[in-house]
Amino acid sequence: MGKKSLDQKLAILSDAAKYDASCASSGGQRRDSRDGKGIGSVTGSGICHAYAPDGRCISLLKILMTNFCIYDCAYCVNRVSSNVERARFSPEEVVELTLEFYRRNYIEGLFLSSGIIRSPDDTMADMVRIARLLRQEHGFRGYIHLKTIPNAAPELIEAAGLYADRLSINVELPTDKAVADYAPEKSPERIRRAMADVRLLKEARKEKSFTGKRPPRFAPAGQSTQMIVGADGAQDTTILRSSTRLYSSYRLKRVYYSAFSPIPDSSAALPLVKPPLMREHRLYQADWLLRFYGFDVEEIAAAAPTGNLDLAVDPKLAWALANRHLFPLDVNRAEREMLLRIPGVGVRSVNRILATRRHRTLRYEDLVRIGANMKQARPFLTALDWHPRALTDSADLRARFAPPPEQLQLI
Amino acid sequence: MRRVALPEIGTFEAWRAAARDLLAEGVPPEQVLWHRGAAEADLFAVAGDPEQALSGDHFGGTPVPPAKAVTVPKGFVQLARMVVWHRDPERFARLYALLWALRDSRGLLEDRGDPRVDRLNRMAKEVGRDKHKMTAFVRFRDLGHDGPRRRFAAWFEPTHLILEPTAPFFEKRFGDMDWSIFTPDLTAHFVDGQTRFEPAVARPDLPQDAAEELWRTYFRNIFNPARLKVKAMQAEMPRKYWRNMPEAELIPELIATAQSRARAMAEAAPTLAPARAARIGARLRAPEAAEVPQGLDALKAGLAGCRRCPLWENATQPVPGEGPLDAPLMIVGEQPGDHEDLAGRPFVGPAGQLFDVVAARAGLRRDRAFVTNAVKHFKFTPRGKRRLHQAPNGGEIRHCRWWLDLEREMVKPRLILAMGATALESLTGDRRDLMKRRGRLEAAEDGTPVLITMHPSYLLRLPPSERPQAEAAFEADLRQAAGIIAAAA
Repeated sequence: MGKKSLDQKLAILSDAAKYDASCASSGGQRRDSRDGKGIGSVTGSGICHAYAPDGRCISLLKILMTNFCIYDCAYCVNRVSSNVERARFSPEEVVELTLEFYRRNYIEGLFLSSGIIRSPDDTMADMVRIARLLRQEHGFRGYIHLKTIPNAAPELIEAAGLYADRLSINVELPTDKAVADYAPEKSPERIRRAMADVRLLKEARKEKSFTGKRPPRFAPAGQSTQMIVGADGAQDTTILRSSTRLYSSYRLKRVYYSAFSPIPDSSAALPLVKPPLMREHRLYQADWLLRFYGFDVEEIAAAAPTGNLDLAVDPKLAWALANRHLFPLDVNRAEREMLLRIPGVGVRSVNRILATRRHRTLRYEDLVRIGANMKQARPFLTALDWHPRALTDSADLRARFAPPPEQLQLI
Repeated sequence: MRRVALPEIGTFEAWRAAARDLLAEGVPPEQVLWHRGAAEADLFAVAGDPEQALSGDHFGGTPVPPAKAVTVPKGFVQLARMVVWHRDPERFARLYALLWALRDSRGLLEDRGDPRVDRLNRMAKEVGRDKHKMTAFVRFRDLGHDGPRRRFAAWFEPTHLILEPTAPFFEKRFGDMDWSIFTPDLTAHFVDGQTRFEPAVARPDLPQDAAEELWRTYFRNIFNPARLKVKAMQAEMPRKYWRNMPEAELIPELIATAQSRARAMAEAAPTLAPARAARIGARLRAPEAAEVPQGLDALKAGLAGCRRCPLWENATQPVPGEGPLDAPLMIVGEQPGDHEDLAGRPFVGPAGQLFDVVAARAGLRRDRAFVTNAVKHFKFTPRGKRRLHQAPNGGEIRHCRWWLDLEREMVKPRLILAMGATALESLTGDRRDLMKRRGRLEAAEDGTPVLITMHPSYLLRLPPSERPQAEAAFEADLRQAAGIIAAAA
């Protein structure tokens, strides 16, 4: 086996990293290099520097330090029992790639993850070393996201949080049972404890010391996690309850849902399926309802009696169809909480409705200009010159929104 | 008719100054003609200097008496700051017309249904999006370096005239290198920390950059062929930007081969695991030092696997008691809270901190007591980013008594301090009349004396007027406990 070139390693180690959905570079502490003493900036809102034909944003250089791994997680391309080609970057190579890509404006920063080699501590220590080199030796002020290894020593997690903007630990699968079945070396309890530690470390560093000084911030862009959807039998409501628990317990910035996707050299234990992309999309929509629209997970669950979200219509519309007695709402009088429940009307539109309402009574045309999706919203609201009449209660209302049935297709 | 010529560099400031003057003079929008740049100015045959062009004397006609000084809503300046860079030739006139209308209706800007406001907001949005895409899609090439600073350059074709307002982004991001961005409208050079704008030049021939090949390697491999979503890609990365992005040339091929690649993965037969997998697996599964946990460690290990009630499902971890095993005093609270659940230790949250303060005043040493809870897992309802505490029910208290009993047998305290109704129920089987029984000594089932008091979190929830009295009662109870322990020693 000859020595691999940087290009060959990059090919292997980015291919190995692509199943992690997260690529966000938002949040983080605002900083820049206007002083000429370093390179990079963080603006607060992330930038997607490119999009791959899978529709995913490419914001960070998302690579593994190595894809050698001692664990045998059935869903993972890098599991020990897989025959994929293996490679390993030296810390210097990761640093060079990050900086050279960054200087050409290809990326916002680095998202570094790794297979577990030797031990969790050794692996984590190498990752922390890369982050430290970037920050201290090269004055890198761009974004760094480190995937933390759940079993690593707390000192290493603490050091990671001082160099990185974001930390993440994947819960991998929605239930403890699924983790036990498909990721036998991982422990859901350890993963939860690691997330708890990150929250505690972050909160401890928020308080000023007795001298009034603020300690260096810990992972200013917070922590996130990822769940694979469609590998185990968990239902959408189980997944969403699990997310709700994660958001409230560990103050996660994001829970990423990753449709279980075919991998090279898959495991016999976990047959490949066509990735459930629509299901993933519906979960993200429901997640948004939970976080920004004031929905309770049980309300969404009640509108999804099968336990899974309706794939044909979005979860907000599904909820409205199941709760038609609350509609139509008068956009000129309804309160903010209720306006947020109208299908086709987003948070921004609601803010605009409220601002405009202070000056005059809204008409149908106003709502169009405000940016509401009236095709969807029409049956659920009234305006000065609009009333849906019997439309709200019409029996075929769902059919008006659901796409026509499609013939099944083989992948 | 007034004619205002605006410069190509510093357009916004010039427009603002001109608009301010015109408004002060009371010149209505229909009497102003705006244009930007030398070419347009020649077309209209107006003197190039905007300052001059603006003063009323140069235009003849009847000077309008200056109106009183005008202030505009902050939102308008933000809007104008974007809209002036739009390519629509009507932008300056539309902005001034809105400014004029704002004199009479101050709230107009908030009316998102007004067509004038709507149009300008749309233009601002288009400019904002174009600026954002510029920060994303500019691709620098390495020009090497003569001095200590490396030099880079890029050719970019924005939809609107956004190089000037977007340059600060690049100044802040690429502070330690020199760079140039060439566009068909304008050129920016950032040298030694200073930006200089120059007229546009023909597209320069930038040298090849080896990093582009690495970047293409990354783009090719980060793409997942099983998730083809071409429309989603194009919505965010419209084709018009592709020709200046080195990675874009790969897109057609990646799309064309995606389906067959995904199918090949699905159809490939599972392979035999490499030999090292068995070796590593055996090492990982080998039992570590076969030491059977004893005492408190055994209890902790057992507790970690407890599934007697469903509370474990939502909690991070069980929280066992802590303290010396020969402690004369055992303190029993209700259940771990948010902080205890995260830290895995009892009484470290707000209620625990209050307990520590009052205990110190009462002369009760926490480090000499075994501190635990009646229920070992945190029970809560998630509410957004918070967890709302929920009191454990009778069944949960009963199930968890098994662990409390074990701790009690291990510590064999001379006195138990029961704080709150849950501890009281767990220890005496009866939770009623807590406030009446407070300060009294009762007996646990095995006869251990139980001193009853309220839970410190109760004090935290009291209105400030009732707090001192209740806190004094709590302190008295803790003092009594300390006294009993001291007397027995």
